[in-house]
Amino acid sequence: MSRLIDVENLTLQFDTDEGRITAVDDVSFSLDAGKIMGLVGESGSGKSVTAKSLMKLNPRNAVYGENTKITLHLDDGPVDVMSLQNDHEMKVVRGGSISLIFQEPMASFAPAISIGDQMIEQLLIHTSFSKSQAKEVSIEMLDRVGISDPSMRFSQYAFELSGGMRQRAMIAMALSTKPKLLIADEPTTALDVTIQAQVIDLMKDLVTEFGMGIIFITHDLGVIAQTADNVAVMYLGRLVEQGTVRDVIRSPAHPYTRGLLAALPTLDDIDAPLTPIPGDIPSPLERPSGCVYNTRCQEFIGPRCSAKVPVFSQIDAGHAAACHLYDRAGDAE
Amino acid sequence: MSRKPLIAAQNLSVHYRLRGGLIGPIPFVRAVENVSLEIAPGSFFGLVGESGSGKTTLGRAMLRAAPISQGDVLFDDGEVAYSLKNLGKKELKDYRKRAQLIFQDPYAALSPRMTVRDIIAEPLEVMGLTKSRAETDERVREIAVKCRLNVEHLRRFPHAFSGGQRQRISIARALVSGPKFIVADESVAALDVSIQADVLNLLKAIQEDMGLTFLFISHDLSVVAHVCDHVAVMYLGRLVETAPTRTLFSGPRHPYTKALLSAIPSLDPDDRGKAQKLEGEIPTPTNPPPGCKFQTRCPVAIERCRIEEPVLESAGTEHNVACHRWKELFS
Repeated sequence: MSRLIDVENLTLQFDTDEGRITAVDDVSFSLDAGKIMGLVGESGSGKSVTAKSLMKLNPRNAVYGENTKITLHLDDGPVDVMSLQNDHEMKVVRGGSISLIFQEPMASFAPAISIGDQMIEQLLIHTSFSKSQAKEVSIEMLDRVGISDPSMRFSQYAFELSGGMRQRAMIAMALSTKPKLLIADEPTTALDVTIQAQVIDLMKDLVTEFGMGIIFITHDLGVIAQTADNVAVMYLGRLVEQGTVRDVIRSPAHPYTRGLLAALPTLDDIDAPLTPIPGDIPSPLERPSGCVYNTRCQEFIGPRCSAKVPVFSQIDAGHAAACHLYDRAGDAE
Repeated sequence: MSRKPLIAAQNLSVHYRLRGGLIGPIPFVRAVENVSLEIAPGSFFGLVGESGSGKTTLGRAMLRAAPISQGDVLFDDGEVAYSLKNLGKKELKDYRKRAQLIFQDPYAALSPRMTVRDIIAEPLEVMGLTKSRAETDERVREIAVKCRLNVEHLRRFPHAFSGGQRQRISIARALVSGPKFIVADESVAALDVSIQADVLNLLKAIQEDMGLTFLFISHDLSVVAHVCDHVAVMYLGRLVETAPTRTLFSGPRHPYTKALLSAIPSLDPDDRGKAQKLEGEIPTPTNPPPGCKFQTRCPVAIERCRIEEPVLESAGTEHNVACHRWKELFS
C-alpha cells in the first residue's frame, strides 16, 4: 500500500483573550491508502482540530508550530499542506483530495438549497464536469450509498430526509469528488445503533471500492474496533498511544487507554462495575506539566510523571505508548 | 410483580393531532399506543428504542408532561395515590414535587444567567417548599453534597463547569424537591465514556441512598444493561418486549430486540461483520404499516404479521413479548 499522508510534529495553538492555548502538541502519524485510522479521545482532546489541520481549516487565530509538516502524497507528487496560502491553492485539500464529513448532517447542509444543487456546486468547483455530468454523477453516488429513489432525493432539501438518510447523502457528497482521504468526524454518533451499523458497513465497502484512506474520529471504542486498521489515542492535544486495532484494544498500554476501556459498558459482562476515570479533562489553559495525563493517572509512578514529557516507547512492532512506565532510558536517569 | 407498582401505565395512548389539509380527516400521530407498564418502587427501569420509537413521549406522559389521550397512568407512593388523567390543579402541583425529569443535554438545561445555587434552589422556591432562605440554602447544600458537587462552587455560573459537573447540577436540581419517581431521558448520552461511568455510578448510589424509582430512557443498550434491573423495548409507539435485564440480554424473544443487541458494535476486532443487520429505518408514526409495526424491517416476518398486530403476551416469568412467531423461533 502506498503512503497517503504524513503528519510530522503537528503543533497548533490558538491566540485567545485569555492567552495562547495549546490545542495540539507535537502530533505525528501516517496513513496509507486503503486504510482506516481511528482517532480516539474525549471531548477536548484535540481530535477534531487535528483532523481539520490537514485541510488548514482552522480559524484565523490558529498558530501552527514551526516544525509542523504535513505531506499529502498525490499521484502527481507530494503536496506540502502547510505551504498552501490562499483559497485557490487550498482547493486541493479542501474538497479536492480531502473530504470531510461531520457528526450532524443537518447542520452541514444548507437548509434552503436542495441536496442536488449542493452536490453539483462542489463538483463544478473541484472537477471539470459539465452541469449535466455533475448531476448524473451525483445521482449515481446517491444510489451507491444506498439511498432509494435517488433522482427524487436529489431535488429534496435536507429537512425532508431522515437522520440516517442525511448522513448517507453527506457521504455521497463527500465521495463524489473521488477524494484520496476522507476525514469522518463522529459520523455515526448522532445515529441509532441500527443505522450506525449500516453506515459503518457502507464506509468499509467504500474504502475497498475506492481505495481511499479514512481518518475516523470517534469517542466510541466499539465503533473503532469494528472499523479501524490502526488506532491513535489522543489526550489533551497529545498522542498517547498508537498501534493496530487489535493491540490497542486487547492490550492497551497507556493508562489513559486502559481507563477509557474500563469506563466502557459492554454486553460481555453486564455485572462488571463501570470504573470512571477520576476527575475531568483539564482546561487547555491549565495544561499539566510533564505528562498531560498525570493529574488523572491511576498508574502514576513518581515525580518523573509531572516533570518530564514522556516520549513514545515501542511496546511491540507497530505498537507504541508515550508513558514513563515504558521509558527504559528514563529509568537510568 | 410481587410489590405494588409505584407507577403504572394502563393501556396508555398519546396521540398528537397534526395540522390537517382542507379535505379529509385530521391526521394523528400515534406517538404512544396502548402501552401497559408497571414500575415497582426502587426499580431502575430501562426504556430503549430507536429515535422515533416514542420512548421520550411515554416518559413525559408518566410525568403528566404529555397529554394522555386514552388509558391512564396510576401513581401510588404510599402517601398519595393519583390517576394522572384526572389530576386537579392542586394535585398536579403536588405530583410535580414527587416526579421529576433529568434532561439529556446538560449544556442546554441550565440557565447561564443563574448561579448553581439558584438553579438548584429554583424548584424549592417555585413550589414553595421552604420557609426561609436559610432553609433553602440548607436543602441546596445537602443535595449538592449528595450529588458530589463542591459546595464552594455553588456561587459560580454553569459555564465554568464541564459536562459531567453540569449533569450533576441537573441531577441535584431534579432531586432537591425530594421526588420519588425520576425520569432520566438520555441523561448520559451527551457525555464522554469516562464521565458517563461517573454519572451512572452517581445515579445508582443516589437511587439506593434515597430510595428512588427511575425510568431510565436510553438508546444505548450497553448502558441499560449495566444499570437497569428491568427493560422495556419500544418500537413505533408500542412495547415489543419487557423483561428483567438479565433475561432480556441473555434470551431476547423479539426479532427487534435481537437486532438491536446485534447492532451494538463489539469491542472485539475479530468479530467484524457478524452482526445481523437491520435494513431500512423506523417508519413514520403518521403512516404506520398495518399488522405488526416491525414487519417492514423484520427478517422473519410472515403473511400473518402483515395483517394482524401481535399483542404483548407472557413468554416467561416477568417476560412479555409481542410477536406472532416467538414461540417457534426462540423456544
